[in-house]
Amino acid sequence: MSILKPSAPTRGETYDANRKAMLEALAVVDEAVKAALDGGGATARERHVSRGKILPRERVARLLDPGSPFLEVGATAAHGLYNGDAPCAGVIAGVGRVEGREVMIVANDATVKGGTYYPMSVKKHLRAQEIAGANRLPCIYLVDSGGANLPNQDEVFPDRDHFGRIFFNQANMSARGIAQIAAVMGSCTAGGAYVPAMSDESIIVKEQGTIFLAGPPLVKAATGEVVTAEELGGADVHTRLSGVADHFAHNDAHALDLVRRAVANLNHEKRVDVALATPEEPAYDPDELMGVVPADLRTPYDVREVLARVVDGSRFDEFKARYGTTLVCGFAHIHGIPCGIIANNGVLFSESAVKGAHFVELCSQRKIPLVFLQNITGFMVGKAYESGGIAKDGAKLVTAVATTSVPKVTMLIGGSFGAGNYGMCGRAYAPRFLWTWPNSRISVMGGEQAAGVLATVRREGIERKGGTWSAAEEAEFKRPTLEMFAEQSHPLYASARLWDDGIVDPRRTRDVLGLSLSAALNALIEDTRFGVFRM
Amino acid sequence: MMFSKLLIANRGEIAVRVMRTAKRMGLATVAIYSDADAGAMHVAEADEAVRVGPAAAADSYLNADAIIAAARQTGAQAIHPGYGFLSENPGFVEAVEAAGLIFVGPPASAIRAMGLKDAAKALMETAGVPVVPGYHGEEQDPGFLARAADDIGYPVLIKARAGGGGKGMRKVERVADFADALAGARREAKASFGDDRVLIEKYVTAPRHIEIQVFGDSHGNAVHLFERDCSLQRRHQKVIEEAPAPGMTGDVRAAMGSAAVKAAKAIGYSGAGTVEFIVDGSDGLRPDRFWFMEMNTRLQVEHPVTEAITGLDLVELQLRVAAGEPLPFTQDDLAIDGHAFEARLYAEDVPIGFLPATGTLEYLRFSKAARNDTGVRQGDEITPFYDPMIAKVIVHGRDRVEALARMRAALADTLIAGTVTNKAFLSSLCAHEGFAAGQVDTGLIERDLESLTSESQPPLLARAVAAVAALALAGGKSGGADPWGSLTGFRLWGAAQNFLTLVHAGEASDVRVTMRRADDFKVSFKDGAINLQLVPGAPERMIVDGHAQPMQFALARAGERVSGVTVFLDGETHEFTIADSAGDVGEAGSGDDVRAPMPGLVKQVRVTAGATVSKGDALAVLEAMKMEHTLAAPRDGVVAVINAAEGDQLKDGDLLVSLEPEKG
Repeated sequence: MSILKPSAPTRGETYDANRKAMLEALAVVDEAVKAALDGGGATARERHVSRGKILPRERVARLLDPGSPFLEVGATAAHGLYNGDAPCAGVIAGVGRVEGREVMIVANDATVKGGTYYPMSVKKHLRAQEIAGANRLPCIYLVDSGGANLPNQDEVFPDRDHFGRIFFNQANMSARGIAQIAAVMGSCTAGGAYVPAMSDESIIVKEQGTIFLAGPPLVKAATGEVVTAEELGGADVHTRLSGVADHFAHNDAHALDLVRRAVANLNHEKRVDVALATPEEPAYDPDELMGVVPADLRTPYDVREVLARVVDGSRFDEFKARYGTTLVCGFAHIHGIPCGIIANNGVLFSESAVKGAHFVELCSQRKIPLVFLQNITGFMVGKAYESGGIAKDGAKLVTAVATTSVPKVTMLIGGSFGAGNYGMCGRAYAPRFLWTWPNSRISVMGGEQAAGVLATVRREGIERKGGTWSAAEEAEFKRPTLEMFAEQSHPLYASARLWDDGIVDPRRTRDVLGLSLSAALNALIEDTRFGVFRM
Repeated sequence: MMFSKLLIANRGEIAVRVMRTAKRMGLATVAIYSDADAGAMHVAEADEAVRVGPAAAADSYLNADAIIAAARQTGAQAIHPGYGFLSENPGFVEAVEAAGLIFVGPPASAIRAMGLKDAAKALMETAGVPVVPGYHGEEQDPGFLARAADDIGYPVLIKARAGGGGKGMRKVERVADFADALAGARREAKASFGDDRVLIEKYVTAPRHIEIQVFGDSHGNAVHLFERDCSLQRRHQKVIEEAPAPGMTGDVRAAMGSAAVKAAKAIGYSGAGTVEFIVDGSDGLRPDRFWFMEMNTRLQVEHPVTEAITGLDLVELQLRVAAGEPLPFTQDDLAIDGHAFEARLYAEDVPIGFLPATGTLEYLRFSKAARNDTGVRQGDEITPFYDPMIAKVIVHGRDRVEALARMRAALADTLIAGTVTNKAFLSSLCAHEGFAAGQVDTGLIERDLESLTSESQPPLLARAVAAVAALALAGGKSGGADPWGSLTGFRLWGAAQNFLTLVHAGEASDVRVTMRRADDFKVSFKDGAINLQLVPGAPERMIVDGHAQPMQFALARAGERVSGVTVFLDGETHEFTIADSAGDVGEAGSGDDVRAPMPGLVKQVRVTAGATVSKGDALAVLEAMKMEHTLAAPRDGVVAVINAAEGDQLKDGDLLVSLEPEKG
């Protein structure tokens, strides 16, 4: 394989300035993450611990194999939403290893409003299940939740992708042989009661876990019956009388051990149907990513600078290197896993789009996973390009990306604008994982362009009526649009709404891609059947 | 004529040690083994090996017929008995000789002469060897024996005539206690040896155990190879031996040596033997203050210290003498070079009273600076069938101070995991001030037992190493190529944390290991934290506060799970177990109540309210569907209520017994 030879300077003023900008962007995210990792704050945490319960992040840590990676999903979900009341959306989700196999863990954080489900909690829970379903990862639910967040019930309960979908997913994953295991480590009320009930195997903690459709206050109101939570739906009741839960745990630690045992008994061995290579570190230090990537998204740079610091041995066999050069395609390995990489190197032209579609076909034929490094302003515009059929060629790429059966992993390393987002496997194209760098921006078009479009329409309207519009007036008109786009295209805004699976320190790009690809390989790669390509 | 093939009728370290010399001399070796020893080191080291019976020593290593048959079958011409087992059994010697084989040891007559202690003493007295004042006669009337004790003068010692190893032995301080002590000694003697006859001896205050190694040949020559001091004993078991004896003078040595040679000659001794003396050390060593105790007509466990100071190979001498060669030296050719110690390393649980321990030696590393006579290797098991010795650690130095320093270092560098050992006790002994000064007597260990066996709490660092090791985060973890295995501790944000509970001496401590990187840990306990870094490419090194040092440990597993870890730090061994919170799946009854599992008739109620029960104890018996069902206690506890009586007909789920709720 050929070895990439990046040429961007790795010292000097520009490098330092880039690095500084990236570190600043990272620091903003870091602060948001710190708040999220703390859950419901010191008081709520103390109260949780004083009840003999283990904190949710510690539960996850204890559940994982010692030293296991944890690929957290949605760490900054709900950031800035609900008046900051739901850090991490009140639920911890991520992929980790338990008993030597990759699983999806979904753990309620009862320190955050009693673990109740905000709209984003539901979305996150469903996203975790989607990842589990697509990659055939057993699901482990560490349940400690009061159910739907009542003030937000209209955005939590009724719709297709609301609370009920959790159980729909459990049933259907179970039907597909994807194990569903629940440990009830706190309350599990009303709708939540179905999480353990719908699981293949469930564990409940003595004097902590309760499962009931209606809690003692509601029972009293409805029938006058006075009953304690433990009598109504405690571990003893459910493991001895009702059979709603299968295993009786003496405490949290015991419950986690029982979960581990359940996973150990899944009779599963990870079989990978790609030709693995011996992993090799890149020849160029990933740390240099912080400085070789320009601080300003509008400054063009060679995306091979990134590839050289991500792929094994910095080896990259490029496909069609001389054609459609604004889209770089080629074969490489990441942590020993073969992959086809599609990376933007400028605006998409017809040639680039067709080349990309061709490359997706190649990888689909050979069952090689795809990695998209997305930094795209969009497809080229203008008369010549429209008449050249760029929409048709773009559609080819979108069709290929949408219908391929190989696992896709997307990393936003810069801009993600317009139809470029589609062709480069944006959220709607179901990449198995979608990660984003802290410097990225995502919106239907650039803020400048959007404001420009709106201003042009406005100016035309004013001038048609014979009016005049000064430059200052136009600037004032554009300002709110520019501000709105600036805010809404920020990765924290995006991640808060789970448009992606999380923000990634660029230096960890290789590891995140490696873990994502490896997790994806838990599902065998199916044959691809493409849609009709418009020719 | 030297024979060409030797059978070693023993096991463990002595079998291996004898083979080593035999091989050096060009002899073929034959091992014998019991079923428990089929994979043992002494079997692996031998040229040939023959099974002689099941695990029990009585059926294997004491099975004379099978052993002689093994020699015949393999064509061995001589049998070395080692020590213990059949080494001092005159019947065996005769059987070996009757089979036309050579017994590497003294003639049966010599063994027999020394076999019964009182007869041996009488014999020695006649031969002019000093013996402890006492009564060794046939008369066993309690009144007569009490008068004999009066004549000897208190304190006295009552000993079984056929005894050894402290069985049937009683020290009596005053007349009033004599009758009870006598009865006790007799009972024990009867039980242990089938012979309740006793003898009475003077009890020596501040006694020292000094023995003389003698060697005779079949040509009438006998020499002594100087003394060994074996005063460091616990319950008459030797712990640390040394040669020469501290404070020994030329004239005392000459007196003891010549007495020992006299003893050997009196019984026509040939081969290696040891004459044990009790010495009154209360006033220094004096030529008139030692008395014959007994003669061991075999090679002693502690013979290596004599080898160390004389430069001789006693096993080689034994083999040459057995082959009929004369001793290759005279007394005047022999001299002492420096000082030597031997420490007996045992699988023993010291804190609970030196009880023999068992286990698989998960990790075993001896000091390269010592001679280590061992019969086990890493991975071998210490079984309950035989002596739980792991090794004899032998060191030699120019003088006593140097030799003792080497022993301390050697013990510190001896790393054993998989069983508890007496290593810490031996190390404490080596650090004992009185011992270091040469002030030894047989009561030293008993007097200072508490300080010698006091266990130090493992330091924070030892606990930190245990935690990192038990989490399999140290030492070239082979997570494989898959990033889920190789990216140890990966987190998108924040640092990975690992939790576990270490248990030491019944005390649990919770640990949190925060991974700053895959090789950089903060290990936190309730009482402190330690920063520990691994050294890339050096799995046995760590850096703690900028100080690089060895990181040595061994893991024990129960199935896949790490169940324990042994940490070797600063010469000390710290054992931890890893708490396992996993109980039995479906342990439904671990609550407080025992209920009828199906409709049935109460046949029996076996407990009453208030009774303390252990998990698994039968509480009641229920007859149902023609079967008797025993209802057992779901956990340890106290019976609070019994809700049914015998003859009651119960429905499914009816309460039978309630336990008092658990506290906490």
